[in-house]
Amino acid sequence: MPAAISVRLRHEVPGFVLDVGFEAAQGITVLFGRSGAGKTMVVDALAGLVRPSAGRIALGGRVLFDRDAGIDLAPERRRIGYVFQDSRLFPHLSVANNLRYGWRRLAPAERRIGFDRVVALLGIEALLGRRPHRLSGGERQRVAIGRALLANPELLLMDEPLASLDRPRRDEILPFIEQLGHDAGVPIIYVTHAVDELVRLATTVVVLERGTVVAAGPLEATMLRPDLAPYIGGAEAGAVVAVTVARHDPAYALTHLAFAGGELVVPRLDLPEGARLRVRIHARDVALARVEPAAISTLNVLCGKVTAIAPAEGPQVDVLIDVGILLWARITRKSAVALELAAGTPIHALVKSVAVDAGLQAR
Amino acid sequence: MTLSLQVAAWSVAGSLPFAVAIGWLLARHDFPGKALLDGIVHLPLVLPPVAVGYLLLLLFGRQGLIGVPLHDAFGITLAFTWQGAAIAAAVMAFPLFVRALRLSFEAIDRRIEVAARTLGAGPLDTFASVTLPLAAPGLLAGIVLAFARALGEFGATIAFAASIPGETRTLPLALYAVMQSPDNEEAAVRLMALSFAIAVAALLAAEGLSRRIARWLGT
Repeated sequence: MPAAISVRLRHEVPGFVLDVGFEAAQGITVLFGRSGAGKTMVVDALAGLVRPSAGRIALGGRVLFDRDAGIDLAPERRRIGYVFQDSRLFPHLSVANNLRYGWRRLAPAERRIGFDRVVALLGIEALLGRRPHRLSGGERQRVAIGRALLANPELLLMDEPLASLDRPRRDEILPFIEQLGHDAGVPIIYVTHAVDELVRLATTVVVLERGTVVAAGPLEATMLRPDLAPYIGGAEAGAVVAVTVARHDPAYALTHLAFAGGELVVPRLDLPEGARLRVRIHARDVALARVEPAAISTLNVLCGKVTAIAPAEGPQVDVLIDVGILLWARITRKSAVALELAAGTPIHALVKSVAVDAGLQAR
Repeated sequence: MTLSLQVAAWSVAGSLPFAVAIGWLLARHDFPGKALLDGIVHLPLVLPPVAVGYLLLLLFGRQGLIGVPLHDAFGITLAFTWQGAAIAAAVMAFPLFVRALRLSFEAIDRRIEVAARTLGAGPLDTFASVTLPLAAPGLLAGIVLAFARALGEFGATIAFAASIPGETRTLPLALYAVMQSPDNEEAAVRLMALSFAIAVAALLAAEGLSRRIARWLGT
C-alpha cells in the first residue's frame, strides 16, 4: 500500500527548530514525544494552521504544501480533520449541529460516512439535542471526534485528545479511537506523550525529540530498541507483546495467553478463546536466573538468552532478552555482574506480572 | 416621538455594518494607521457634539465638500433633514458601538474559528457561522448603547439638522424647545417622562435579550 501521507518539513520559531520527515500508512500513527518536542507543530502544519518555512506535505497523491512549488492549501481545502485537546465545540450550536458543521459543507457525493453511523459508533444519540456546555469532558471529546469524522476527512489528526480527561473518561474514549483506526478507513495521526496510549493505539510510531524524528517504525520493534529507551521509556514502558487467548483454566481462575514460542499465565480475562490482544510486560516485573529455578511461586518462567544490556538510572541496568519474544528486565548492575550477563548468555526470565491494558484488536 | 425612534433606529441600522467592520478590524488586525483609525472613531466621544455637528455641516451641507456632489449627482440633501439627524446621531453613537463590538470580537476564542476552518469553512463562512453568532452579546450591547445614545443626541443634531418640527425635532430637541417657553411646563414634564419610559423599556428589553443569548451560548 502506498504511504497515505508523506511529510517533510522544516519550521523555525525563536528558540526552536522543527525538522522532520516521515511517512504514515493506514491505521494509527502515533507521534510520540515529550511536551516541547514539536508534536503539535507537526500536526498544525499538516492541517495548514502553521506555515512551515520549507518542506512538502502530500496526502494520498494530493500535494497540500510544497514550499518550492508555491503550493499551500488553505485549512478548509485540505480535507484533514483535527480533534483538538480542548474539544473546541461551537458553543452556539447544539451537538447535532456541531456534528453536521463540516458535513453540511461537503458535496453530497463526498458524504461517505453517514451521520447515523458516526452517532452510533460514538454512542452519542442521547446528546444530540444538548448544548456543548451541558456535556462532560468525555462527551465533549466524543462529539469533537464525531464532528471531525463527519467532515469525511482523508486524514484525521488527534492532538492529545485525552490529555485533559481523567482516567475513567480516557478509558471510555480509547475504545472508540481504537475502533476508528480499524473501521473508519481514515488514517489517523495521534499525538501523545502517554505510553499507555501509544501501546494501545499505535500501528506505527514516530518518536519526536527536540524537533527531530529519532525513530519511526512499527510499534513492537520500536519499543524494544535500546537506543530509544531515553525517549519512549523503553524498559520503563516495558515490552509490548501480541498474544492470543489460548484457553481458560476455571479451576484456578487463570487464562493462558499464547505468543510466538510460549505461553503466559495471567488472572482470568473475560475474553473468548482466540481473542487477540496486546499485553505489556514491565521491566521491573521481570527477574532473571541463570539456572532453571525450581519450586518457586512464579507461574511464568520463560527460557531464552540475553540480547543486549543497556545502562538504566542509578545502580540499575536494563537487559533485553529473547524468549521467543523480546522482553526487558530491569535488574541491578551488581546482579548483572554476579550473573555474568552478556549478549548470548542463556537465561530464564521470571515474569511476575503481566499488564493487560491493551486493546482487543489484533494488529 | 415616532420621529425620534425613526431617527435613532436608522442611525443604528445604517452604522451597524460599519461598526461591525471597524470593530472587527480593530480587534483582529494590526495595520499601519490602526492607532489613527482608532482615534478617529473615538473623536466624537471627546469633541463637543456641536463641533461635530458643525463639521458635518461643513462636509455634507449645501456648500459642503461632500454635500455638493451628493446633491448634484443624486439630488440628495442631508443637512436639515431627518436623514441628516440620523447621520448626526450615528456619528455620535459610533464610538460606543464600535467599542462594544471590538470588545466582543476580542473575547472570542480564536481557536474555535480555527476549528471551523479545519471543518471546511472558508474565512467568510467562518465569520458568518461562528464569529458573528459568538459576538451576538456584544452586538446587542452595542445596538442598545448606540440606540440610547442616538435617542439622546442633541448637540450635533441641532448644528447639522437644526430643530425643524416634524422633520428634525427629535425628543431632546423638542424638550429643549418647550422648556424655552414658561407656560409649557406640563408638556416639558410629559416629554421628560416619555424619554424616561423609552430608556427604561430599552434597558429592560436589552437585559431580557442578553439573558436569552447568554442561555443560548451557555455562558
